[in-house]
Amino acid sequence: MGKRRVAIVGTGQTFHKSHRPDVNGQELIHEAVQSALNDAGMKIGDIDAIVIGNMDHFEGINYVDCWSVDGSGGVMKPIIKLTTGGTTGCTVGIGGYHMVASGIFDKVLVIGWEKNSESDTTGAITTAFDPIWDRLVFAGAISGLAAEAQAYMAKYGATDKDGARVSVRDRKHACNNPHAQLRKEVTIDEVLASPMLADPIHLLDVCPRTDGACAVIMACEGIAEKLTPIPDWIWGTANRHTYTYLNDTAFGGLDSMAEASKELFKKAGIREPRKELDVIELYQPYSFAGIIWIEDMGIVPRGKGAEYIWSGATDMGGELPINPSGGVIACNPIGATGLIRCAEVALQIMGKAEARQVPDVNLGVSTGFGGCFWVDMILHGKNKPAF
Amino acid sequence: MDRAAIIGLGMTRIEANKVRDTFADMAWEAVNKALSDAGMTIDDIDNVVTTSNDFWDGRTISCMAVGDASGAKHKNISCCEGDGTFGAFYGLTRILSGSYGTTLVTAHSKGSESISSLITNASFDPIYDRGLGMDMISASAMQARAYMNRTKTTPEQMALVSVKNHGNAIRNPYAQLPMKITVDDVLKSEMIADPLHKLDCSPVSDGCCAIIIANEDRATKYTKTPVWIKGVSFCSDSFFLGDRDLSQAPSLKAAAKKAYDMAGIKNPGKEIDLAELYDAFSYQELMWLEALGLAGDGKAGKELEDGRYDLGGALPVNASGGLLSGHPVIAAGLIRIAEAVKQIRGDAGKYQADGVRLALAQGLNGLCGQSHCVWILGKDK
Repeated sequence: MGKRRVAIVGTGQTFHKSHRPDVNGQELIHEAVQSALNDAGMKIGDIDAIVIGNMDHFEGINYVDCWSVDGSGGVMKPIIKLTTGGTTGCTVGIGGYHMVASGIFDKVLVIGWEKNSESDTTGAITTAFDPIWDRLVFAGAISGLAAEAQAYMAKYGATDKDGARVSVRDRKHACNNPHAQLRKEVTIDEVLASPMLADPIHLLDVCPRTDGACAVIMACEGIAEKLTPIPDWIWGTANRHTYTYLNDTAFGGLDSMAEASKELFKKAGIREPRKELDVIELYQPYSFAGIIWIEDMGIVPRGKGAEYIWSGATDMGGELPINPSGGVIACNPIGATGLIRCAEVALQIMGKAEARQVPDVNLGVSTGFGGCFWVDMILHGKNKPAF
Repeated sequence: MDRAAIIGLGMTRIEANKVRDTFADMAWEAVNKALSDAGMTIDDIDNVVTTSNDFWDGRTISCMAVGDASGAKHKNISCCEGDGTFGAFYGLTRILSGSYGTTLVTAHSKGSESISSLITNASFDPIYDRGLGMDMISASAMQARAYMNRTKTTPEQMALVSVKNHGNAIRNPYAQLPMKITVDDVLKSEMIADPLHKLDCSPVSDGCCAIIIANEDRATKYTKTPVWIKGVSFCSDSFFLGDRDLSQAPSLKAAAKKAYDMAGIKNPGKEIDLAELYDAFSYQELMWLEALGLAGDGKAGKELEDGRYDLGGALPVNASGGLLSGHPVIAAGLIRIAEAVKQIRGDAGKYQADGVRLALAQGLNGLCGQSHCVWILGKDK
C-alpha cells in the first residue's frame, strides 16, 4: 500500500432535503465544509488542497471546481475536480487518499455535493449512455437496475418481497440519522403496495432525489493523531469501471463489485469479510442491490443474499450491520452520496455516530456505485494498517 | 517529492472535425501510440486516469465513453474533469502514493460536437453572470484589455504571438492550423471581441492525448529516455471576474513558485530551456510568461519582438504551435506536457529546439485562467 498512512480526521454533512431553495450551490457546499472543519478543529487556512466532485448536468454548471471556490474555500488553493457519475463521492474520497499519501499535501479537504432539485435527474442520467447503442434502450438509472433485479430473480428465485425487506431495514435505520432525508419506517406490505416504477422496483424500493453536500478531511500520519483522538485510517481503496456499454453488462451480479472487493480484501489480508468487517455503508440505490451486491462482495455465497437479509444479520444489532445511516434509499444527493458512505463509516470508527452507532467498530467498508454498473470502495480501520 | 517520470506519449492529429472518430476511437489511437512509444503493452499499465468534461462531450459521466478504449476494464480507474494537466497531476499522485507503479493518463474532447459559446457561458454563475451573455471569448477580451492597459502591450505584440505560433505549427505534422501569416493579417482579421481578432483566438478542435507516468523503479524498465517530473503544482484564483484583477494571474504565480521550489529552480527565466503554454488567446502567452517569471512584468511583448521566444531564441515558447494552432479543450494541457517531453527527448523533429534539458508545461481551468497547473520536466534525474 501507500508510502505514508492517511486518516480521516473530520467529517461534515448538510441536513439533506429534497429541495433547498434557501441556499445556492456554493452555500450548500459551505455548510458541509464548515461542519467538517469544526469537527476536525481546523480552519480553512489549515487545508493544503481540495478535491471536489459532483455531476455537471444535475446543476448545469461547468467547471464546478472553479465556480465553487467561494463555498469550498478554494481561493488561492489547489482545487481539483474528480467525477465518475454515481461513484463520484467515493472517487473523491479515493482521490483525497492519494493526494495525501503522495506526500505532496498533508491535509486535504474532500467535497461531494449535489443539488438534484435543480435538474431533471433522469434526463441528465440518460445522456450518460452511448447515444447510438444504449441511450434509446435504457432511460435513466432505474431501467438498468430493473434489468439487474429481474436477471437475479430469474437465476436465484428471489422475490420482490426479498427486496422489500432490504428497504424496510434501511428506512428503519434512517430514523436514527438526523441527516437523512426520509426518516419514516415502512412495512413490507407498504413497499409492495407502492407504485411500480420498473418491474420489480416499487417506489419504496428506490432512492429519492436530494439536495446535500458532504465534506471529509484527510491528513497524513503524524498530523492525524494530533487532530483527533481516534482517526479513521484508510486501509485501502479499489475500484472497477468494468463496462462502457450497458448492453455488455452481465446482469444478475455486479462484476465490478466482485473484482474490486477481491482486490481490496486481498490488499488488507481479509479472508472472511463477513466475520472481519464490523459495518458496511453500501451505496445501494435500490433494495435488490442489498441482496445481490453483498454476494458479489463475498459476504455470503451466491444466491444466499436474501436468506442473510431475512435473518436480521444486517440490521442494527445484527452480525454485520449494513447502512446504519439509512443508506441511499433514505437520501441521495448523488455527487455526495458516495462520500456520505465514507463519512458514515468514519463516524462509526471514530465513535461519533450517535444514535446510529454500531458498537466496537474496528473495520468497515464504504462503497460507491454508478456509471455503467461501476464500483469504488474504501476500507476503513480503527487501527493503523500494518502495511 | 519522490521521483517519477513520463515514459510514453501518444496523440491524435489535432483537427477541426474528426467526423469519423468517436471519443473512444480517439482514445484508442492515443493510448496505443503511447504504449508503443513507451515499449509497453496494456498489461504493463497499473491504473488509468481519464480526463474529460461532461459539457464539452454532451454526455453526463463523460469518462464512460473512453474507459474501455483506455484498456481499463480490469484496472483501477478514475476521471478528472478539467484540463489534462490536472488529470496528469492526479495520475502522478496515484504513483507517489505507492499504490501503483505506472499510470496511463488520457484527455480528450471534440469541439466540433460542441457549441463553445453556450458551453463556456455555463461556466459563469447562473444567477449573477450568465444572463449577461458572457462566454469565454468576451471574458478573455476584457482580460486582454485589462492586461494591455496595465502593461501597455500593443495589439501588434499580441498579433506577433499568433504569427510565431502559427509559423511554428508549419513544422508540426499534428497541428491543425499551420500558417505563414503576418502581423497585418492578424490585425485585419475579423474582430471577434475587441481587442481580439479572429487570429488572436485559438480554433475549435478535436483531439486526444495520452501519457504514461511511472515511478522511479519502473521508469527505466521500458524506455531509455524517461523524462523526469521535477516539480508540479496547481492553484485557483477567485471565481467572480469582478473579484479579480484580470490583468494579473496570482494563482499562476503561486503555482509556478511552488513548482520551481520543488524543482530547485531559482531563476526560471535563465534555467528553463523551453515552455509550452496555454495560449488560448494571443495575449495569454505574454501574460502567462510574465506570471511565470519567465519574462519581466510587462516586458513579454518587447522580448517577443526581440526574438527571445522564437524557435531559435533563448527560450522557445510553443515551438509546437501552441493552442493557437490547435485547441482540443481538456486535451490541450496534456498536449503541452507531451510536447515538452518530446523536446526534452529530442524527438520533436522539425520543431526541435536546441539543448532542452528543463522544460515547463502549463494548463488551466476556468475563465481567464482562474486555476493553473504548472509542470517542470527535466532530462536529468
